[in-house]
Amino acid sequence: MGAAPTRIGQQDPELVERTGFSPEQINNLHKRFLQLSGNKDTISRENLNDIPALAYNPIKSQIIEAFFDKRNQHDSEVGSLEEITFQQFLMVMSHFRPPTLEMTAEEKEAMRKEKLRFLFNMHDTDGDGKITLEEYRKVVEELLSSGSIEQESAKEITDAAMLEVASTNVPHMGPEDFYEGITFEHFEQILKGLEMESRMHIRFLDTATVHCGKS
Amino acid sequence: MPSRMGARAPAGFGRSFWELGLLLLLAFVLLQGSVFPYGADASSQHAKDGCSSTHEGKPNRTKKVFPVLSFEYDHIKTPFEVSLWVLFASLMKLGFHLVPRLSSIVPESCLLIVVGLLVGGLSKLIGESELPKLDSGNFFLVLLPPIILDAGYFLPIRPFMENLGTILMFAVVGTLWNAFFIGSVLFAVCQIPAAGLTHLGLLSCLLFGSIISAVDPVAVLAVFEEIHINELLHILVFGESLLNDAVTVVLYHLFEEFSAFGTVTVLDGFLGVISFLIVAFGGVLVGAIYGILAAFTSRFTSHMRVIEPLFVFVYSYIAYLSAELFHLSGIMALIACGAVMRPYVEANISHKSHTTIKYFLKMWSSVSETLIFILLGVATVGGPHNWNWIFVTSTVFLCLVARVIGVIGLTFIINKFRIVKLTTKDQFIVAYGGLRGAIAFSLGFLLEVEDEEMRHIFLTAIITVIFFTVFVQGMTIKPLVELLAVKKKQEAKRSINEEIHIQFLDHLLTGIEDICGHYGHHHWKDKMNRFNRKYVKKCLIAGERSKEPQLIAFYHKLEFKQAIQLVESGGGGKLSSALPSTVSIQNIQPKKPPPAPEPRERVLPQLPKSREEEIRKILRSNLQRTRQRLRSYNRHTLVADPYEEGLNDLLKKQKMFELEKKIKEMNNYLSVPVATSDSPNLRRARLASGRQTDFKPDEQQNGKKQTSDPQAYNVKPDPVEVPTIQVELASPQSPDSVNILDEFRKDKEKDEDTGLTMKPPSGPSAPPRKQSGEEDAKDPQKLTRCLSDPGPSADEGEDDPFLP
Repeated sequence: MGAAPTRIGQQDPELVERTGFSPEQINNLHKRFLQLSGNKDTISRENLNDIPALAYNPIKSQIIEAFFDKRNQHDSEVGSLEEITFQQFLMVMSHFRPPTLEMTAEEKEAMRKEKLRFLFNMHDTDGDGKITLEEYRKVVEELLSSGSIEQESAKEITDAAMLEVASTNVPHMGPEDFYEGITFEHFEQILKGLEMESRMHIRFLDTATVHCGKS
Repeated sequence: MPSRMGARAPAGFGRSFWELGLLLLLAFVLLQGSVFPYGADASSQHAKDGCSSTHEGKPNRTKKVFPVLSFEYDHIKTPFEVSLWVLFASLMKLGFHLVPRLSSIVPESCLLIVVGLLVGGLSKLIGESELPKLDSGNFFLVLLPPIILDAGYFLPIRPFMENLGTILMFAVVGTLWNAFFIGSVLFAVCQIPAAGLTHLGLLSCLLFGSIISAVDPVAVLAVFEEIHINELLHILVFGESLLNDAVTVVLYHLFEEFSAFGTVTVLDGFLGVISFLIVAFGGVLVGAIYGILAAFTSRFTSHMRVIEPLFVFVYSYIAYLSAELFHLSGIMALIACGAVMRPYVEANISHKSHTTIKYFLKMWSSVSETLIFILLGVATVGGPHNWNWIFVTSTVFLCLVARVIGVIGLTFIINKFRIVKLTTKDQFIVAYGGLRGAIAFSLGFLLEVEDEEMRHIFLTAIITVIFFTVFVQGMTIKPLVELLAVKKKQEAKRSINEEIHIQFLDHLLTGIEDICGHYGHHHWKDKMNRFNRKYVKKCLIAGERSKEPQLIAFYHKLEFKQAIQLVESGGGGKLSSALPSTVSIQNIQPKKPPPAPEPRERVLPQLPKSREEEIRKILRSNLQRTRQRLRSYNRHTLVADPYEEGLNDLLKKQKMFELEKKIKEMNNYLSVPVATSDSPNLRRARLASGRQTDFKPDEQQNGKKQTSDPQAYNVKPDPVEVPTIQVELASPQSPDSVNILDEFRKDKEKDEDTGLTMKPPSGPSAPPRKQSGEEDAKDPQKLTRCLSDPGPSADEGEDDPFLP
């Protein structure tokens, strides 16, 4: 751990500004990045797939996919990447920063929107800006780690959830109208009770830590 | 004699409540005082009678006057008095809510203390000295456990665990700081010669500090329940009040021991720390063990549902007593027991047992709390006092100061580790919510020191602090919360979307943590959940429920609640949904492309595909739900619970109603005879038979006479009622309906374990009927049969597993 690890954080103040991490946090994440990528400059899906702890996660593929989703790069492009650089990796990670004490209400609101957008992108796999019934059902199925039994329940639950979204947002639909899918505004509306900015965060280490060869 | 006293009370009914209350008070107190001498008189009277009669006829046996009505108070004295007190407390509680303005200004605890003061004062006037004291045996063994069990059983685990670090900091470090600060500064104050308290040694002051420093769960519960602040603050203050019991126990015993000796060494301090760890973790361990035992027992109670609540209560109480046996922290044992057993017990017990447990716990804790406050008031009047201005005022002042400094200091440290920091407003509420209560008083009462005077001084000071915190802080906290615009509790119930996303977030955050590579909070939580699901649930939960994922359990609970709402709202009325909306299932089902137009000229509009989809969905869901319910009921319940089965029907009825409503809206020209009769039996029957629902016009169309269905009690098969303009429902001849049937046939062939096969007697008969496509007469009935409950023969079959 010589001078090399401190390089990235200090060298690239733009990173600090764009992602909101502190230089120490960026350094730690860079170390992790190198570990995952095998000291290369980019990470591919296989690298993330190989993480053993992720094996138990029911939404593993969605999480990995989120890293390679262009929409999460705030670049207003759509589609997915094959490999991501450290900067893109950091961009995705920045969605999980916690709110700070000094934030104003507007900043908190903006952070909440950003996090909700991330979640929305995870659900909206075809990128058309709406979460259809099918996409939502897939989410629920993954959560239930469906066997054949749960598929029926997944359908029921999805239908009930969708119905709730529709009822909340478009209360008066005629019998012939069709609710195409959850738009981002509706998504925000139904999840506003959850206070996403306080829930969706993890702790990023400030101090240097040693990962003893764990991947 | 008692009847004479009692007769006075009803006389006051016509007047205002206060007079009634006072009358009751009077009656009660006089009863206490006067009954005993009367009792003595009466029995002595009889004795005299007996004696006199026997004196007369010494040689032979004289006939005694048979005591037609005798009076023996001693026999029932204790239970009678206890019951009277409980009744009195409950009546008081009732009364406060009859006076609306009062309960919104003054918290209940204050009012109860005032009532206690009144009773104490009255009885002192009358000269009655036999008042029940808030002695420690009563308090710690009888009055306190229900409150703590109620708190522990319904403890919101998630926020508690998320803030555990903060709570522990406040509970342990905060209480220690309070105790030492108050103790030492008081000692300094006592050194002032003017106070006349120089005989109080340092250890005595520290002892006093340890008694007075602990935040009291009873008082906190009583006050915070009424102000509805947000979950975080509530759990912080409340959790602190629960967990500081360990600290209090250790400090109390430590100083009590040492104040006898007068000196303390470093070794003793070290032993104290060890003792604390043992007390705390030992208490939790004892509680957890009993909790697991209770959960395990509940796994086998499916035959004996009636005593399920008893296990919960008894195991918890024994846990408390066991912990007290070893001088471990009984409160922590009780909390641990309740929190550990709850998820497993709730998966095992019936819905009714769950309700019973909830209501009994609330009832007992409520009565306990009331009694505690009243007795506190009584003890204030009765108890031995020794008022020392300097001591008392400095105690009150120091308590406040210590609390404020402690909270601010600790928050400063805690915020370095917390992600979501505590704001100044939060800190203020936490500091202000540090109420003292009856535990402090009981501990003071329990004190055994040679210096009685000192004990009296302590008691007086403790009571003053309690009064101050409960009255002043308790009354002002509500307006302060409003003033500072502290975030209030979210009243809205959790929706299915929120639940889905909470789970999704859990997995997402765990995954991100894994990618980041450090084992954080979420990682361990996820590990524990997996361990729980894999091993523990299999042991402790009976039957199929052990495999049920949390989301499904949540969803079913939600549906159950909705069904109950439906029942309570009168059933037949409009479907209660959270928001009035005309959106229904069909609006979200994706529309399929319309079929190729039929060559045959058709008068009737076609059944829209959404309708088909909905029908299919209902079919599937009904079958699915019946199957799932059946599975969860298949625990050899002794008596098939009619209410719960009725709810089952009601859930289906809910769907049916939506369907009906949609049909109604879609075609104004059709008048589907809506359910006119009100009796639930009839509705149930009608539902089961499928009569008078949408499919009636179907049959009309064919001009068939309605085949009688055994379950239809009040069916009026009156084709004349229905207008001849037909509904757009598909006739059996149309390819659409054939599609439905076809598909259903296909469905049925695919998975044989659908609901239909649950009825063995009619099972074999159903398919052959279906294959006969030419039997149009049977078709409508078949269709209705598919959509409704299985017929009566099927019901009997279904019942078989339920009966022993």
